Amino acid sequence: MNGLLDAMALIGRTLFGACLAAGRLVLFAISGISHVVRPPFYGRMFLRAFIEIGYFSLPVVALTAVFTGMVLALQSSTGLSRFSADSAVASLVVLSVTRELGPVLAGLMVAGRVGAAIAAEIGTMRVTDQIDALSTLSTNPMKYLVAPRLLAGLIALPLLVVVADILGVLGGFIIATVKLGFNSELYLANTLNFIQTDDVVSGLAKAAVFGVLITLMGCYQGYNSKGGAQGVGAATTSAVVAASVLILAFDYVLTELFFAR
Amino acid sequence: MNDAIPKIRLRGLCKSFGTKLVLDGIDLDIAPGTSMVVIGGSGSGKSVLLKCILGLIEPDTGTIEIDGVDLLHQDRRGRDETRSRIGMLFQNGALFDSLPVWENVAFGLLAQNRCTRAEAHAKASEVLAQVGLAPNVGDMSPSELSGGMQKRVGLARAIAAQPDILFFDEPTTGLDPIMGAVIDGLIVDCVKRLGSTAVAITHDMASARRIGDRAAMLFKGRIVWQGPATDLMHTGNPMVDQFTHGEREGPIQMELRK
Repeated sequence: MNGLLDAMALIGRTLFGACLAAGRLVLFAISGISHVVRPPFYGRMFLRAFIEIGYFSLPVVALTAVFTGMVLALQSSTGLSRFSADSAVASLVVLSVTRELGPVLAGLMVAGRVGAAIAAEIGTMRVTDQIDALSTLSTNPMKYLVAPRLLAGLIALPLLVVVADILGVLGGFIIATVKLGFNSELYLANTLNFIQTDDVVSGLAKAAVFGVLITLMGCYQGYNSKGGAQGVGAATTSAVVAASVLILAFDYVLTELFFAR
Repeated sequence: MNDAIPKIRLRGLCKSFGTKLVLDGIDLDIAPGTSMVVIGGSGSGKSVLLKCILGLIEPDTGTIEIDGVDLLHQDRRGRDETRSRIGMLFQNGALFDSLPVWENVAFGLLAQNRCTRAEAHAKASEVLAQVGLAPNVGDMSPSELSGGMQKRVGLARAIAAQPDILFFDEPTTGLDPIMGAVIDGLIVDCVKRLGSTAVAITHDMASARRIGDRAAMLFKGRIVWQGPATDLMHTGNPMVDQFTHGEREGPIQMELRK
């Protein structure tokens, strides 16, 4: 009987802890987003975050997209040839890249690169009293540290995904024409005929949400880190793991929202 | 402002973290233009006291008045206005390592839109000179500076906006005795020049005597003694005397974790 009660208590404590953590995260997000639209605005901080998230993530996102497009063309050709449906390779590549793989893989790459960096930077500022110092210098840390990063993530991720979409399709095109012997004009025509505005827009909308999730988790974990170097390390890991899981979960939710009939 | 009103008045200040009572009914008055040094061992609540006055930690109960105005019942704008009149030197400097030294020093001025960036740069060079640093230091990164130089930059940042209240958190910790004396000298000069009210927390007795006009000792979240800083070494209070002379035996027993 006591064992059952202990187990129930443990479940209760865990659920309560999870609700508490979710509530804190939501309040943090509301506060951060509200500061995005209220002055003063820190343009230099936004620009710095935008360059860090957008420009410096370009190489890793571009490489991921190109190789993904190449693999996709190769795999789909192998599979579709069994049903004599090779002509569908172009449409499968463009649809997969624009709707799913572009935003999700770009999101995961940026989560690993930028989410960790944001958590480490803000976490270090927390444990070295720099965030307290901001408060004593008439500066709201949420406005100075969090809001510019959220805005930068919201804008930079869709731009990265535009690049990822183009390079992903290009990767598929290269493999299809060079290795699999597709006619280049026909492949391009198939790609352009099949793709619709909704495919691209839904991918970009997902990217915008992922951009906010990545920066939000980096900021939240860093802002609440404690305990010196070990705490900052834990915050960095949590930021990447949480952002990655949230990207996949929100990907499903957004796909339901955009495409479920 | 009426001189009869203390610059800072604390009444019944209490703060707990979980079940641990850190501040247990602090009453303290600090007169305008004086320097108060709060001494006490590690974990006695000195830093929490400072953070409560600064508004970084919300006390559980009690009042904090600055110039007779209760900070805890001020609206956000009022608190921001009060905060803009306070300068703070953090224990480890807390310099923003993403910014050059001059921007660290001028951060408060820029944040309050008091000047352009060019004017802020010039003002930062001027303040750096006041703390004995050459103008070229302004273009360096905080990570390129020694501990003593970081403290000076932290001091320059604290005084740049000419605050009328200055807080110093362990200003000499981690410095050699000579550099500690230099920093203390700079603190005394700056406080005199600005006519500010200063509150310093420290467990460095030499520093406490150099900086303070008055001193108070915090033990287990309570003020157990206060008086002129010149009396620190012979207060007649066994707790204070044990602490200031660094004696093992006495009423203060070191708590060992078992």
